[in-house]
Amino acid sequence: MSTTDPSLMKPAPLVTADTRAFWDACAEGALTFQRCAACGHVQFPPRPFCTECRAAGPGTERSAGLGTIHSFTIVHRAPTAAFKADTPYVLALVDFDEGFRLMVNLRGGPPSDARIGLRVRVLFEPLAGGGALPQVRPLVE
Amino acid sequence: MTPVISGAADTAVGRLDGSGCMALHAEAASAALADAGLRADEVDGVLCAYSLAEPHLMLSSVFNEYFGIAPSYSAAVQAGGATACALVMQAAALVRAGICRNVLAVCADNRLTGLGRSGAVAALAEVGHPQFERPYGMSIPAAYALVARRCMHERGVTAEHLAAISVTQRGHARRHPKAQARDPLTMEQALSARMIADPLRLFDCCLVSDGGAALVISAADAAADHTDRTVSILGYGQMNTHEHAFAMPSLTDFGCRQSAAQAFAMAGLTPADIDVAEIYDSFTITLLAELESIGFFPKGEAGPAILDGALELDGVLPCNTHGGLLSYGHSGAAGGMFHIVEAVRQLRGEAEARQVAGAETAFVHGDGGILSAHCSLILGRA
Ligand SMILES: [Zn+2]
Repeated sequence: MSTTDPSLMKPAPLVTADTRAFWDACAEGALTFQRCAACGHVQFPPRPFCTECRAAGPGTERSAGLGTIHSFTIVHRAPTAAFKADTPYVLALVDFDEGFRLMVNLRGGPPSDARIGLRVRVLFEPLAGGGALPQVRPLVE
Repeated sequence: MTPVISGAADTAVGRLDGSGCMALHAEAASAALADAGLRADEVDGVLCAYSLAEPHLMLSSVFNEYFGIAPSYSAAVQAGGATACALVMQAAALVRAGICRNVLAVCADNRLTGLGRSGAVAALAEVGHPQFERPYGMSIPAAYALVARRCMHERGVTAEHLAAISVTQRGHARRHPKAQARDPLTMEQALSARMIADPLRLFDCCLVSDGGAALVISAADAAADHTDRTVSILGYGQMNTHEHAFAMPSLTDFGCRQSAAQAFAMAGLTPADIDVAEIYDSFTITLLAELESIGFFPKGEAGPAILDGALELDGVLPCNTHGGLLSYGHSGAAGGMFHIVEAVRQLRGEAEARQVAGAETAFVHGDGGILSAHCSLILGRA
């Protein structure tokens, strides 16, 4: 089977005007989030206003890329054929230290390494069509 | 005008070869109208949901044209698994406002023959965020597994607690001649089944089915001319907290807390007053988390109670007496409507081998998304 079979293509992030700067930063190895200058609220994903106080234009900051697994699952039944070869893989919700949450895959070890409370560090996986996808691996102190 | 449920019906459920989405809608609608003693031209309101197998931007208009009716009010509602309950809430509001006398709420889909199990899984995975979830291979079971893992961590939920839900509901489905999954199911089978998204195994996940269901919500005086088998709508409520899994405000406490509180306040009842519960069970953890969030059990106590038989027909809270989405069937928004149809049958004393003795009050709950949209109903024997 050809590797360009569209059913085997993983869905690339569908970038919007709200998120173009975020994905551009990922391509350069930086994980960014927003903090509202008016009220201090931290939010993700990016949008042109603060969801807490409605102030316009929250500022963009660079995350240190360190976080903690809030919950995880080991996926055995892939949602589409594109992910079948990856099974079993870890899907996790990671709370980054600055106060925002991402869904990611845990890389850099067997799925059995996953546990709630595990400290992780962001890494960037190249996307087939260019750009990069933030993922995490266990943080080794 | 006081709204009542004047008619309720469902089609066969399971693999219905040759079924079509609109034909299932029409079959359920005709049966519900017959149950209410109404002619199709007496319907002045139509509420529909959505279809994955035959999607359309305006599904209620498609249904009206297909069914051959021209109601003055018509709309399609999309709130995932909360849709059926939301349709009843909206229909009740339309009747109360004097806008409609007889509202037909109808849901159906032919997911199993129209999409197949893999097609349905893939189509449903598209509810994931197009940038921040889908590229990571999120599936709906995986999203609920994130909830299950956190509930295990915080609340002491175990695999046995979850398995006891699927086993209990299978027992109920075995008493229902139309249920899709009627083979015996043991704790051992449930606990050793193929892993889908750890910690959720095969029997922790709902079925994929063809089928449809419909209700008629009427002004009480309009219904009185046609039927003496109405069911009272005592209370309802909604809460909507997020859409995507990564945006869940909590993985252990959900909007069903507020939606149920609204419904109980309107009805003037408490969870202790409920005789039978029909609660959304897309996964075993869905039901367990909702039972605790709603307040039927204190935090951490639903699992042990379920192991102890709490949800059996003679338990403290007979629940999902038809077998639920896990064993009766799940055909999109109709899946949530099966819960309401079952509550109506219990309150009318028409539930046959699975009848809960003396059932006078029923709690029904639907949740859509990743425990995102919630709608609760409290129904009573007229
Ligand atoms: Zn702000």
